[in-house]
Amino acid sequence: MKLPIYLDYSATTPVDPRVAAKMIPYLTEHFGNPASRSHAFGWTAEEAVEEARAHVAALIGADPKEIVWTSGATEGNNLAIKGAAHFYKSKGKHLITQKTEHKAVLDTFRELERQGFEATYLEVEPDGIIDIEKFKSAIRPDTILASIMMVNNEIGVIQPVWEIGEICRAKGIVFHCDAVQGAGRVEIDMAKLKADLVTITAHKIYGPKGIGALYVRRKPRVRIEAQIHGGGHERGFRSGTLPTHQIVGFGEAARLAKLEMAKDNAHVRALRDKLLHSIQELEEVYVNGSLEKRIPHNLNVSFNFVEGESLIMAVKDIAVSSGSACTSASLEPSYVLRALGRSDELAHSSIRFTLGRFSTEEEIHFAADLIKRKVAKLRELSPLWEMHQEGIDLNTVQWAAH
Amino acid sequence: MAYSEKVLDHYENPRNVGSFDKGDESVGTGMVGAPACGDVMKLQIKVGADGRIEDARFKTYGCGSAIASSSLVTEWVKGKTLDEAATIRNTQIAQELSLPPVKIHCSILAEDAIKAAVEDYKKKHPA
Repeated sequence: MKLPIYLDYSATTPVDPRVAAKMIPYLTEHFGNPASRSHAFGWTAEEAVEEARAHVAALIGADPKEIVWTSGATEGNNLAIKGAAHFYKSKGKHLITQKTEHKAVLDTFRELERQGFEATYLEVEPDGIIDIEKFKSAIRPDTILASIMMVNNEIGVIQPVWEIGEICRAKGIVFHCDAVQGAGRVEIDMAKLKADLVTITAHKIYGPKGIGALYVRRKPRVRIEAQIHGGGHERGFRSGTLPTHQIVGFGEAARLAKLEMAKDNAHVRALRDKLLHSIQELEEVYVNGSLEKRIPHNLNVSFNFVEGESLIMAVKDIAVSSGSACTSASLEPSYVLRALGRSDELAHSSIRFTLGRFSTEEEIHFAADLIKRKVAKLRELSPLWEMHQEGIDLNTVQWAAH
Repeated sequence: MAYSEKVLDHYENPRNVGSFDKGDESVGTGMVGAPACGDVMKLQIKVGADGRIEDARFKTYGCGSAIASSSLVTEWVKGKTLDEAATIRNTQIAQELSLPPVKIHCSILAEDAIKAAVEDYKKKHPA
């Protein structure tokens, strides 16, 4: 077993060796520009791109003509949200999203607000999921676009995007869904998901970084304004020479994801549950977000009475993500966990474990054991834990703030 | 963030972790910081008949630098008189542990913890 152990599959996944093998010939041998129509190099590349497009479309039950290649999820979200808002701005200027979206959505909304659009940022419930009724009441006569993610990147909860799609369709509101963490993990069928625009990316499903796709619905047709102009590639939606090898990698990753989704999910669910049960031997452990409405890859837990930065220091043998960014003097607690109503202390002491195709039972056993030992050790060091053991309610203590 | 070797050493092998009985007449207890700020330090000193600190204990909720700062001062106060202990400055702690500027507050908290423990002991033994 090699240390550190990778348990950060929601940040990115390794490229599956089968995917890498498929990509290589398109770097060296079949290097043609898929837009070259006058020779075999171009035809070969174009054929590979179209085969990949079919695989990516199949993963989400779409028509290949509805797939637009992008450089990744950030570009996909920008193109979908800005593209639709700009196209439909004469219809209205109100947009809806929620507070626990990825920054690529939230910051795009902020930019549109600067351009004169108005935005509603919905609160989530304590389990991390938005309330459909609250979504309905946020809709205004001038609402033109809603953007709700399928799966949250930090806590892995699955949002009711199928219901939201129906509501938006009935009201004539363009619905964008960031499905980056959902693709390959949640069954997606565009015949059932009434979204007009869906963002996905390769590097979360064992494909390469730097390639993503935006699903743009044809029936009923949604219109978007291009954000990158040039040679008119991708039917004018997104200009720029197509990176054939990246696209081939995405295609193969999507093919494998569809083929192996059930197996992958069963594998990570068994391991995730083992990890959770083992960690729950500790007292004062809190799972962040709904455990039921959640992808099986994600476990996000807070350890009470342990300080976040010392916890990260303690678990350096496992590559995990933390609820706080300790890059500056003061820890910045995760805005997602804060949106669930978690205290700063609990938000700080959270760890996100995300498992994947290559996680092993041995690794999970090691990780659980390490966490249990280190949390116990830090609690032995913690005056707060001591007070808790003595039955003191920490909320009643007068602290000397500094 | 890169930690100095001394911080890592104190973090991995903290010295004098634990608690004395707060009610003991020979013990002075200082608790400083707040959970919402990310640091709480509890420092305890045990004072001998000769007026010198014969033992010390700490518990700290905080980052590696806070743990190291409090672990270090439990070593430093041993053998000192109360007045000598109260002269320990945060700059000495920060220098010994090579704390980066963003972690200076950890050393300040450790200095405050010593002062609070000395004060608590003096309150129990009015001159």
